[in-house]
Amino acid sequence: MTIPTFSDFESTAPLSKPPSSTDIFFDKTFRGLTHAFTLGTILLLGYIVLTIGGKALPAFSDYGFGFLASTTWDVNAGQFGILPEIWGTLYSSILALIIGGFFGITIAIFLTQDFLPYKVEMVLKTIIELLAAIPSVVYGLWGIFCLIPLIRPLADFLHESLGFIPFFSTSLSGPGLFPAALVLAIMILPTVAAVSQDALRAIPHKTKEAAFGMGATRWEAILRVMLPTASTGIFGALVLGFGRALGETMALAMLVGNANQISLSLFSPANTLAALLALNFPEAGKLETPVLMYAACILLLITLVVNIAGSLIMASTSSGVKR
Amino acid sequence: MDTAPLATSDAPIDDMAPGDVVLDCQADQIHYGDFLAVRDSHVPIRKNQITGFIGPSGCGKSTVLKSINRMNDLIRGFRFNGQVHFHGMDIYDKKVDPVSVRRNIGMVFQQPNPFSMSIYENVAFGLRLNRFRGNIAKKVEKALRGAALWDEVKNKLKNNGLSLSGGQQQRLCIARAIATEPQVLLMDEPCSALDPIATRQIEELMVQLKERYTVAIVTHNMQQAQRVADQTAFFAVDISKGGRTGYLVEMAPTAHLFENPKQKLTKEYLQGEFS
Repeated sequence: MTIPTFSDFESTAPLSKPPSSTDIFFDKTFRGLTHAFTLGTILLLGYIVLTIGGKALPAFSDYGFGFLASTTWDVNAGQFGILPEIWGTLYSSILALIIGGFFGITIAIFLTQDFLPYKVEMVLKTIIELLAAIPSVVYGLWGIFCLIPLIRPLADFLHESLGFIPFFSTSLSGPGLFPAALVLAIMILPTVAAVSQDALRAIPHKTKEAAFGMGATRWEAILRVMLPTASTGIFGALVLGFGRALGETMALAMLVGNANQISLSLFSPANTLAALLALNFPEAGKLETPVLMYAACILLLITLVVNIAGSLIMASTSSGVKR
Repeated sequence: MDTAPLATSDAPIDDMAPGDVVLDCQADQIHYGDFLAVRDSHVPIRKNQITGFIGPSGCGKSTVLKSINRMNDLIRGFRFNGQVHFHGMDIYDKKVDPVSVRRNIGMVFQQPNPFSMSIYENVAFGLRLNRFRGNIAKKVEKALRGAALWDEVKNKLKNNGLSLSGGQQQRLCIARAIATEPQVLLMDEPCSALDPIATRQIEELMVQLKERYTVAIVTHNMQQAQRVADQTAFFAVDISKGGRTGYLVEMAPTAHLFENPKQKLTKEYLQGEFS
């Protein structure tokens, strides 16, 4: 009994040949390159975290965890704390997520559930995605010169008539948390809308058919079937939008007011970590640089935690489901 | 929506004897845009019987079936000329809300299409839509037993419906459809995505279901029609006028149709002379 070899196969089918040595070479090279680039990305992330962490180490040993709880920022006295900035970052981002998330998901429903002819859907989708192409600094200028004057009457009215509510307890003096959050909301809207649309479009037609077949009205089909089915993807859209809002710098630095204070009021000036970094680095001395690096580490940590937690939640909700 | 005429109608359907025509579908013309898909098809559906729709691809059997509960309204350009009499009213009357039609005439589709939610919530879906106030858990169990799925899923009602096998998913869809106890159940090739064992289970189930419901089923499988259907409607395609228009050739009790077809076309099709 003979064991067949590759030469036997070749002889039986004259038009079929094994991969040539060049094919094998390209195959191996391509595979090697993809592995190298993937590994490179992971190493780069590690390198960035390590170097920033290394630069922040002196500040960490000087100020410890008190840095996170202190509210003073006095270069001359050598006292630093970023609690107001952490507060401002989270407050403005959560506000932006609520506003931008609401409108983004609403737009996604409107553009995917047969409210409009397909061509009109596509044109509107493109226009909304163009919002993402506007540079951050342009948003900042627009906020200062258009949005703040526009919302001032509303802010004055709310402060005067409902000033006893903590959210409206101060008047809008110019830049402040609310205009910043509004602009942030517009900036994250295209991300939330686009990713939510993808999630809604990915639902098979037969699912929609099932909903209508059971006698659901259009809104019952959307609220009870389409949104729950797309919920994992929509949640991902919100996490992406929140991540973007946390790290947004330029527009925030122009609009948030850069005031080192903690206030519930929507109209008071505040500050965010990203804005703090952008505005203080140009004049930072030997004392300040490690402190800012420490703050950068905290910002990085917040965004990483948000993204990892988001991924974990998405993985746990979609597990056990065959699609 | 749940106060629409059909849902509250007290027409005496329960007084009807098995075999009476409960739903009378008279499809004169069905168009998709300019395309004439079906013409001149009169299909009476009889109470507590299974009516099978057979015929070659493109003969309009699914189109007629989906017209019965107005599922085709979802397709742009769909137009129905004719009447579907049910409970003494025309389902295509302007005053009738298609949503309430679909709540009274259930549907099971070609591809199993459970919702991405728990098995329990899948079955409870229709009950919640109709704002059922009674014991939902009891109704869910009853529907799952009715669909011969209870024993397989009773310990994992919280699992996602999509985690089941294909045959189980289809039985889940049947449970979902019968949970609200519709009078008529439409099934559009319910076994075409299933293996022979799952197919046999569904067929046995259909025979049980006709005790309580009236069933209409589209099938491309003539043996299946022979096995389960009491009445069989044979559709064919007319290509004489350039288009591909489906029409009803002949309808009769299944045994008559298969043993003694009146039309030459039916005979040829049943003998496998064309497809």
